[in-house]
Parts: sequence; structure tokens; C-alpha cells
Amino acid sequence: MFTPELIFKIVLIVAVFAITLLIAMYSTYGERKIAAFMQDRLGPNRAGIFGILQPLADGVKMFMKEELIPNMSNKVLFILGPCLAMTTALMTSAIIPWGSEITLFGNTFNLQITDLNIGVLYVFAVTSIGVYGIMIGGWASNNKYSLLGALRASSQMISYEIAMGLAIIALIMSTGTLSMREIAAAQAGFHWNIFVQPLGFLIFIICAFAETNRAPFDLPECETELIGGYHTEYSSMKLGFYLFAEYINMFVASAVISTLYFGGYNFPFMNDMGLSSNAIAILGVVFLFAKIFFFIFFFMWIRWTIPRFRYDQLMRLGWKVLIPLAIFNILLTGAIIFATN
Amino acid sequence: MIQFLFYFLSFVAVAAGLMVVTAKNPVHSVLYLIIAFFAIAGHYILLNAQFLAIVHIIVYAGAIMVLFLSVIMLLNLNNDNEPAKSNVLKLAAAVAAGLLLVTFTGALKGTESIIAAQPFDDQIGYVKALGKVLFNDFLLPFEVSALLLLSAIIGAVVLVKHDLK
Repeated sequence: MFTPELIFKIVLIVAVFAITLLIAMYSTYGERKIAAFMQDRLGPNRAGIFGILQPLADGVKMFMKEELIPNMSNKVLFILGPCLAMTTALMTSAIIPWGSEITLFGNTFNLQITDLNIGVLYVFAVTSIGVYGIMIGGWASNNKYSLLGALRASSQMISYEIAMGLAIIALIMSTGTLSMREIAAAQAGFHWNIFVQPLGFLIFIICAFAETNRAPFDLPECETELIGGYHTEYSSMKLGFYLFAEYINMFVASAVISTLYFGGYNFPFMNDMGLSSNAIAILGVVFLFAKIFFFIFFFMWIRWTIPRFRYDQLMRLGWKVLIPLAIFNILLTGAIIFATN
Repeated sequence: MIQFLFYFLSFVAVAAGLMVVTAKNPVHSVLYLIIAFFAIAGHYILLNAQFLAIVHIIVYAGAIMVLFLSVIMLLNLNNDNEPAKSNVLKLAAAVAAGLLLVTFTGALKGTESIIAAQPFDDQIGYVKALGKVLFNDFLLPFEVSALLLLSAIIGAVVLVKHDLK
């Protein structure tokens, strides 16, 4: 029953879950520190040395706050909303290849929870159902600002999903597989997909910003127009779940971008240095996380640099710029494949 | 194990389907419908049709139901503005649904005795096999359905262009 494979997978699932939560927790700290750096401030520096315990203090604060459920809200759905947001945020990490094969006690294991042969589509499906947490929470609050935030979130996510899917189609055309593991393995060394699909990468990362509701696309929670958007009525740890889900989404989106376009766990000269396969696997994990941290930093960098879009500008960019560009990218990829074969 | 999963998913699908019809709140109906779609996607996975399952989730649960949900949220439906249906209409609906059930039962009765023309290929639902079949054996129907979708997209664009006379 408990084969080494199963035990390894269970350990991996727990580890991925814990690391995701830890990184999401410290992303909040990182975001405040980066914002402070960009605005020439100090940022959180009271709790522990350099304010390193700030996320813990925030967590305790969130748990201790008074729990408010509006009288006229739909109670079941009000509670279901943040749960769904959190669950869908955590689901994508199941198919990300965290490293190549590792050999422990004579058994070879894949550093990936599961390898679906429809891997990329799974990412896409989870992204597309991720909007329910926001929509249900926004509607159940029975508040006009919340509803408007939820509607903005849904229309924004549907619009940008199309361009995102089309960018992924071009990537699938050039890699010839849907499996995340095979996509990562095909980029061994320095053959990263970014050099093959630069336009696709640009479209994908813009859509990733929109799908994670990060600035400059954070219209669903635009505080100058909608108070707090879909989470206006939320308090205590339910609000914490929504905020936390955003950081988890950001982490997972960074992992997906690194895997699809930046070689995943591959790093230059990985097979030329005479390292054992275990050393390559461990170094690969380190490199993957370095890439992920860079993209998380990139998300924050953009947030504190570029102002928010207006809503009609957002829709124009999605439908009239990104979708035609993505279709052009597919045609270009097809033409190049046709010409080189 | 697979039999247990089959019964579990069937139970979820049927129960959610019943709740779609009986739920008082239209938003609840939509959410139950989404649960039913997920149960059906689970059935596809049991049949080794992974691609169909994931596309089912992307298209139905991820896109169509999101649109449904946002429209119903905006309509703000409640008991006051629900049109009352006459009893004759309700009776007609019940009879029609019952006849449909009889038709389905009749059509599906005896299917277990049909012998499959080909041995079951466990790769058939995978993307590679499906793509080969679609682009080799069924290219024309595939392209025709693509044209149908294209015409729908053009129709939507024409409808929103007011100044196009």
C-alpha cells in the first residue's frame, strides 16, 4: 500500500503546500518593503529585526479581528467565497515540475506532484474557475460596490483568458506537447521558450497580471472607485483569505511563467559541469525558485511603477490589442514551423 | 474503486441537477449547475477522456457559467417579479419531461448487449490520439464547426456596431 512512490508524493504535496503558504506570507512583507524602497521609506521595521516577523503579527491581527457577516448577506455563499478563492489558488501547484528526477535510497522520483498529459489545459481550467470565489463573495455581500467589483473581475478575467489561451496555443505549437514536464524538459540548458516565443511571452505575462488582479489591472478592488471592491464587506480572516489568495496566485503565476517560458528548473550549462543527477536536480529547484522570486519581484515592481488603467482602456487593451496580437503570433508560429519543416 | 467513484459522481450529478430545478434562488441554481458540470467532467475522466473533461470544465464551468452567473446577478431576480405560470403549463411541462424520460429509457435499454466494433483503446481520449482522429478522419466536420463559430463571432461584432448601416 505505502510504496516509496506514494510516500514521496505525500511528502511532496505537504512540502509544496507549506512552501506556497510561506512564500505567500512573506510576499506580503516583500511587497511592503519594495513599496517602501520605491517610495523612499523604511517600510515595516518594528516586529523583529528588519520587521521580519511582520507577517506573523499581521496574521495574528487578522485572526483576532471581529468577525462581521452583514445581516442581509447570503451567509452560506458569503463564507464559501473566500474558501473557493483560496482553494482554486492552491490547485495549480499540483502540476508544476519543481525539479528533474531525484534518486533517493535507490528509487527515482519525479519532483512533480502529478504529470497530466493535458497539463497546460489544467492550468487554464483552474484559472478560469478561479473567478468564482470573487464573484460569489461579491454577490453574497449584498453590497453594490462588492457586486460591481465582482462583475469587473468576471468580465476582466473572461476577456484576458482568451488572449492567454491563444498565447498558450502558440507555445504548444512550438513545443508539440501539453505536458508541463515535457515542456520543461525540452528547454534543457539554455533553450528557453522565451527565445522561441517572445511575443507569446509578452501576451502571457500581461494576461497573467490581469488574471491575478494585480496592478495595473486591479480594477475589481479599485479603492478610489469601489471602496474595496468585491471584499468591501469582508473582515477578519475571511478578508485575509482573499488577500492571501492573491499572493498565492501571484506565486503560482510566477511558477507557471518560469516553467513555460524561462526553462523551469533548467539552468545554463547544467549538463556540462560534470555534476551528478541529484546535484542537478537540487540546483534546478534552487534556480526555479530564483526565477519565481524574480517574477514575484517583477509583479511588485510593476505595481508600484505603473498607474491603474481606466476600465474602458482595460477592455480595449484586452480585446483590440492582445487578442489580434495573439492570433498574429499563432499565424507567425505556424508559418515558421511550416517554413522550417 | 472505479465503481464506487462512478456511483458517487452519478449521485452528485443527479442531486445537483435536481437542485438546479428546485432551488428557489436563481443564483443557487447556477451554482448547482456548476457542481453538476464538475461531476460530469469526473465521468469523462473515468472514461479516460481527459481532454474532453478539461475542455468541458474550461468551456462550461469556466466561461459559459461565468456569463450566466453575471447576468443573473445583474437581473436581481426574486419571488416578487417572477411570472406565475398557469397550472396547464405546469402539467404540460411535467408530461413532456416524463415522455422524454420514457424515450431515453427506451433508447438506452439494451445497450449493454451491444458488442463494441473495436477493442477499447485506452489512449483514445488523449490529446494526441484525438488530434490525429480530428485532423485525419473528421477534418471537414471540424472545419465546418469552426466556420459556424466564426460566423457567430462576426455576428456578435456586427450586432454591437450601431453605426454600421
